[in-house]
Amino acid sequence: MEEILKKYKTTKLEGVNVWFKAAPVDAFPKDGGACVKYKDLQIAVFNFERLNTWYASQNLSPEKQEMVLSRGMIGDHNGIPMVACPLHKKTFSLETGENLNGDLEPIAIYPVKIENNIVYIGFSE
Amino acid sequence: MKTIVVIGNGMVGFKFCEKFVTKENLGNYKVIVFGEEPRPAYDRVHLSEFFENQNAKALELAPQSWYEENGIELITDTRITDIHRDKKTITSVNEKQYTYDYLVLATGSSAFVPPIKGVEKKGVFVYRTIEDLEDMLSYAAKLKVKNPNAKAAVLGGGLLGLEAGKAAMDMGLEPHIVEFAPKLMPRQLDSRSSQVLQLKLESIGLNIHLSKATNQILGDDGYITGMEFGEDDVLDVEMLIISAGIRPRDELGKTCNLEMGVRGGIVVNNKMQTSDPDIYAIGEVALYNQMIYGLVAPGYDMADVAANQILGQTETLMPDEIDMSTKLKLIGVDVASFGEPFMPASKGHSIIFENKTQHLYKRINVSLDGKSLLGGILVGDAADYNMLHQIYLNGMSIPEDPAQLILPASEGGTTFGDVTDLPDEAQICSCESVTKGQICNVIENGEATDVTGVVSYTKAGTGCGGCKPMVTDLTNATLKALGIEVKEGVCEHFDLSRQDLYKIIQVKGYTTFNEVLDNHGTGGHGCELCKPLVASLMASINADTANKEYAIQDSNDRFLANIQRNGTYSVVPRVPGGEITPDKLIALGQIAKKYDLYTKVTGGVRIDLFGATLNQLPLIWKELISHGFESGHAYGKSLRTVKTCVGSTWCRYGMDESVSFGIELENRYRGIRAPHKIKGGVSGCIRECAEARGKDFGLIAVEGGWNLYLGGNGGATPRHAELFAEQIDNETVIKYIDRYLMFYMRTAKPLQRTAAWQDRLEGGIEYLKEVIIEDKLGIAADLDEEMQSLVNKFECEWTQAVNDPEMMKRFNHFVNSEDEDDNLVFVPLREQKMPEPWK
Ligand SMILES: Cc1cc2nc3c(=O)[nH]c(=O)nc-3n(C[C@H](O)[C@H](O)[C@H](O)COP(=O)(O)OP(=O)(O)OC[C@H]3O[C@@H](n4cnc5c(N)ncnc54)[C@H](O)[C@@H]3O)c2cc1C
Ligand code: SF4
Ligand code: SF4
Ligand code: FES
Repeated sequence: MEEILKKYKTTKLEGVNVWFKAAPVDAFPKDGGACVKYKDLQIAVFNFERLNTWYASQNLSPEKQEMVLSRGMIGDHNGIPMVACPLHKKTFSLETGENLNGDLEPIAIYPVKIENNIVYIGFSE
Repeated sequence: MKTIVVIGNGMVGFKFCEKFVTKENLGNYKVIVFGEEPRPAYDRVHLSEFFENQNAKALELAPQSWYEENGIELITDTRITDIHRDKKTITSVNEKQYTYDYLVLATGSSAFVPPIKGVEKKGVFVYRTIEDLEDMLSYAAKLKVKNPNAKAAVLGGGLLGLEAGKAAMDMGLEPHIVEFAPKLMPRQLDSRSSQVLQLKLESIGLNIHLSKATNQILGDDGYITGMEFGEDDVLDVEMLIISAGIRPRDELGKTCNLEMGVRGGIVVNNKMQTSDPDIYAIGEVALYNQMIYGLVAPGYDMADVAANQILGQTETLMPDEIDMSTKLKLIGVDVASFGEPFMPASKGHSIIFENKTQHLYKRINVSLDGKSLLGGILVGDAADYNMLHQIYLNGMSIPEDPAQLILPASEGGTTFGDVTDLPDEAQICSCESVTKGQICNVIENGEATDVTGVVSYTKAGTGCGGCKPMVTDLTNATLKALGIEVKEGVCEHFDLSRQDLYKIIQVKGYTTFNEVLDNHGTGGHGCELCKPLVASLMASINADTANKEYAIQDSNDRFLANIQRNGTYSVVPRVPGGEITPDKLIALGQIAKKYDLYTKVTGGVRIDLFGATLNQLPLIWKELISHGFESGHAYGKSLRTVKTCVGSTWCRYGMDESVSFGIELENRYRGIRAPHKIKGGVSGCIRECAEARGKDFGLIAVEGGWNLYLGGNGGATPRHAELFAEQIDNETVIKYIDRYLMFYMRTAKPLQRTAAWQDRLEGGIEYLKEVIIEDKLGIAADLDEEMQSLVNKFECEWTQAVNDPEMMKRFNHFVNSEDEDDNLVFVPLREQKMPEPWK
């Protein structure tokens, strides 16, 4: 696997050691995504305003290794929240990272919490 | 190991291979196929489609790789010259020998060329292979340069001749059909129906000459100049297509002394065996029941019989009776005949319905006891053909008053018979021998859930395509019977079609995606299908720019630029009509240099600057706007460019100012969002330097105004635009295009280009004329007003964006840092740069 892909590992809530203060809620588009820089990582953060839920994933497309997922369209397929990569419309579950319309590697998913209108992303280190 | 050698890789030879490889226990067989043509077998039945796109690949029945994957050795471009029955070998043109255990002759037929004095002249063609068509096209193109009003004749007014006549017309030549008999399609039609058909064909521009025996072909310097029928009876033509019947290519059978028919053809029994039991003949070379069947369906049956026989399944035999029903496949002309079209009064009664002014003729022949349908002819409206044909084939009972079968509803006709009434063994697709039972089956056991699925599982409809409407009806009826709703919804979030959503948004005046989803959706968030669709609809209705609700826009619209391979963007300012001042060119160059952008002229003749990062986009646009540029909407499903030639402003042939008009049109429709991208073209004369006929709307200046062409496109399935109106002035052009685009925006499917939309519109271009010119639906005034309002509301969305600090925020790569994407790597390329190649 590409070096760069290895930098992104799914983090579960119980594995969070650092809550990184990313940006205020209104820095993110409603029902859309934006990208956050954390150390040398690029994290895509998605605001599902309609359900008042947030998700975060790697910004890296696992197919072509370009930093684009935060610019993809979000929505749901059969109730699974997903993002569609803007390059070739590959869709990924934001709950599990799984590729919903193909057999690409899953993307890494990170926990998000909102406190006092600030978005935090959870990392293990 | 036994070797089967197939000579001939045409439609039937291919079908033999296809049938053969589906059988079991093939390990003991090796199949070698020889084809004389330079390419693998293609769909000759749809040969005329080659005129539309000149795409030979699209006609291919299977690619070369298919043969390899199935263990078949295909040797194309190689004619077989001899069969040595004693040694069981064959010889090819290049003098190679091959041995066979079984030989299958599928050499088809060739066009019959009557021995008329002068037929060898240049400009005389037959209509059989792709090469024939290529030769015709290049000859016609040369003719037209010399004489734009050149004429072409077709010798033969049969099924194929009429198709060739239409082809001549599509090549831009004045078409003439010359028939020896006193009627058209003499094998299928009676004289009254022939007259009705003649009127109809004349109304679309085909000239018909009946009862004409051609004495000689006239010529000058070896080139055809006319046809002489009698003294003083001459038709001046510069091209001739001969379509006077077929002759079996039976020469191999003759030289190896197989039993032959008196007038040619290799005699076969109902096992498809020739007089030599190890040699089979199938398709148009085989003489079965003393007949050559010039249709593909019997040939396919023969292929199946031969494959079974060779493998020892000896009970599969060719039926005695072969259905010769046919339907002409000229667009806009409905002609069909089935069963026994002509009937002596001693055998049954005929019921005839005729309406000459509507070009309508229907005849059915009913048995003397009035209980069964024996055959019939339909001209002008063949909508009932499939059903009548089924009633005939399956011997189904008919109403007490059989006239009800063909009378229009207003005169007491009823829609008799429904696909669901057909018996299970009814053959729906005769080309692929697919029965009703098989179709219902794949739906009932869940293998197929829609027409596409049924077609791919059963192959029904993949031959002549004539059964497609019935396959669709049957599929929908079966789904309905199973309680499965036939879905038209745009995605899982909406059960509504695009057209329904258009109306709802227009009537209710919705302005946000959430309003539409909450009130008319099925819940959830929406997805990458419905969000951009609703965005596009709201834009088509309210002239909203993509800035309004940017998160529901397709990614390119969201950032007002086209995303490229590495996640950077390209920037394309509008250059209306392709006209640009030197100052603006310099400005473009300076900006490109400053931001180190890769620069290229696009296919739409504008200048594209590649490699801009998200953060750079607004900076670049600010500079462009200060030099008088605006968004080119290259990223949107909207008007791209109106390509122009230089026209009468400079060109010595120009008939009108194509550039001025192109600029006017581009500025009129800029920014308008549609189901898909739209392109225009304007040429100053028929030399067509702007390639306007390859565009959604195209104009060509002619004497007395503009010719307007609609519905063309390039791309994966190229299609020429169709002539819509001739010699109209600028104002009328704009009126028609306004209505056309607006009607398209209202009714097309998501992401459907005008070409595909127009193709699927019932009635096609003629219907569009009724709607747009004659205002048959009474909507023209609304269309005009809606378009004018969109034109008036135009605003450049990049100007909006760079003047609004809130909007500018969208273009930061990170929300929490000013940094740019650190993952970008460029490599040098011919004094410019490109993104590092993908691994
Ligand atoms: C324009 C057009 C429209 C038609 N429309 C219809 C329609 O609507 N409905 C319908 O049912 N039918 C239609 N037909 C007829 C249909 O195409 C034929 O019935 C069908 O193609 C016959 O198949 P075949 O394999 O017997 O012959 P072909 O398709 O002619 O194939 C024979 C092949 O064998 C090759 N061959 C010949 N001799 C040799 C040799 N010695 N060595 C090696 N190769 C050899 C030939 O080059 C050819 O490629 C149409 C035909 C044309 C031309
Ligand atoms: S289309 Fe006609 S007017 Fe236009 S450039 Fe070509 S030759 Fe000249
Ligand atoms: S033709 Fe294919 S490769 Fe070329 S620009 Fe279009 S999509 Fe890209
Ligand atoms: S009948 Fe010809 S394709 Fe079905």
